[in-house]
Amino acid sequence: MTWFSHAWGWVLELTWAHLWLSLPAILLSVAIAVPVGRLAFRRPGLGGALLSGSSLLYSIPALPLLIIVPAVFGVPLRSSATIIIALTVYGAALMVRTAADAFASVDSHVREAAIAVGHAPRELFWKVDLPLAVPVLVAGLRVVTVSTVGLVTIGALIGVPSLGTLFTDGFQRGIVAEVATGLIATVVLALALDGLCLLAGRALTPWRRAVEGAGA
Amino acid sequence: MNLLLEAAAWLADAAHWTGPGSVPVRVLEHLWVTALVVGAAAVVAIPTGVWVGHTGRGRTAVIAFAGAARAVPTLGLLTLLGLWLGIGLGAPLLALVVLAVPSLLAGAYSGVESVDGTTTSAARAIGMSEWQIVTRVELPLAAPVILGGVRAATLQVIATATLAAYIADAGLGRFLFNGLKSRDYAQMLAGALLVTLIALLFEVLLAAAQRRAARAARPAGQKSTSPSNPVFPKGPS
Repeated sequence: MTWFSHAWGWVLELTWAHLWLSLPAILLSVAIAVPVGRLAFRRPGLGGALLSGSSLLYSIPALPLLIIVPAVFGVPLRSSATIIIALTVYGAALMVRTAADAFASVDSHVREAAIAVGHAPRELFWKVDLPLAVPVLVAGLRVVTVSTVGLVTIGALIGVPSLGTLFTDGFQRGIVAEVATGLIATVVLALALDGLCLLAGRALTPWRRAVEGAGA
Repeated sequence: MNLLLEAAAWLADAAHWTGPGSVPVRVLEHLWVTALVVGAAAVVAIPTGVWVGHTGRGRTAVIAFAGAARAVPTLGLLTLLGLWLGIGLGAPLLALVVLAVPSLLAGAYSGVESVDGTTTSAARAIGMSEWQIVTRVELPLAAPVILGGVRAATLQVIATATLAAYIADAGLGRFLFNGLKSRDYAQMLAGALLVTLIALLFEVLLAAAQRRAARAARPAGQKSTSPSNPVFPKGPS
C-alpha cells in the first residue's frame, strides 16, 4: 500500500499507455477480420485455407512474434508500432473464424427475402448481413479484447511501457505490491473494455430487446 | 530481410551448436519443460474435467474458472510467483501449470458433456458399470475435444516457456533475453524463429492427432468434418 500511495500517478500513466496500445490493435483486428471472415464464408474453398492459416498465425508465441515483426515490417523493435502490429496479427487471426461463423449465423431466408425485395449486394452487406452478424461478432470481439489487453503486458520485456512495466520493474526491485497492482489493473482494464463491447453490442442490436420484450 | 539473413548466419554458426547453453541444449530444455508442465497439468485437469462432465457437478465453477484464468496476464503471474519462490525453475513451472490447467479442464469437461445422453443411457441399459461407461464410451467419444484442449494447452505452454527464461536459466527464451540485453538482434531473432518453428510443428502434429481421434470417434459411414471447424459454413445458398 505504501508503494501504491506514491506511485498511483505512474500507474495511471501506464494504464493510459496500455489503453493506447490495446485500442488500435483491437480496432485493426476487427477491420481485418470482418472482411476476411466474410470472404471465408462466401468462398468455403478459400475459407478453409484462410482459417488454417489464421490458426497457424495464432500459434506463433507472443514474445518471439514481437521480435520477428521488426524484421518483417521494418519498424524499430522498441516502438508501439511493433506491439500494435503483433497484436493485430493475433487479434485478426483469432477473430477470422468467429467472423466467418457470424456471417453463417445469419438466417439464409432473411438474406433471400432481402434480395427478393431488391437489395443490391452492397446494401445487402451493410443493411442485412452485417447488422445480423453483430451478436456473434461481438462475442468474438470480447475474446479478442480480453486477450489483447493481457498480451500488451509482454511489450514491457522489449521496453515498451504499459501496465506490464509494473511486472518487470516490480520483479527487478522485488516489490510484490507493484506486480500485484499491475495484475489487478490489467484484469480490471480487460473487464472494463469487455463490458464496453457488451454494451456496444446491445446498442447495435436494438431489435433483439424488442423481440425479447414481445416474447416475454 | 537483411536481419533474417543475420539470424540465419547466427543459426549456421557451428559455435552455437555445442556446449552448455547451445541451441540443442536449449531446445531440449524447452521441450522438457513443456512435457513436464503439460503432463503435470493433465494429471490434475483431465480426470477432474471428465468427472465434472460425467456427473455434471461443479460445472458452473469450471466455466467461471476457465473464463477468469484467460484474463490473467501470463507475465504478471510469472513475476509474482517469481518474487515468492525466487529465481529458478520453480516459479515458471508452477505458473505454466496454472496456465495449462484451464484449457485442459475445459476440453475434458466439454468433451464428456457433449457425448449424446442416449448413448450413455444405452450403455447403462446393456449393463455397463459407471467406470465402463466413462472409459469405454465417454472417453473415446470425447477424445477429439479432449485432444483439442491438449493442443491449446501445449501451444500455450511452448509460448509461455519462452517467458520463463526471464526468471530461470532455461529454454529457448534465453536467446531472446540474452540478445535483448546485449542488443544482439541476430541472436534474438534466431531464438524467436526456433520457438516459432517448434510451436508450428506441434500445432500441425496435434491438429493431425485431433483429426485422427475424430475419425475414430465417428460411427462408420458418417461423413467426415474437420474437428477444428465443426460449424464451418457451407456458403450462401
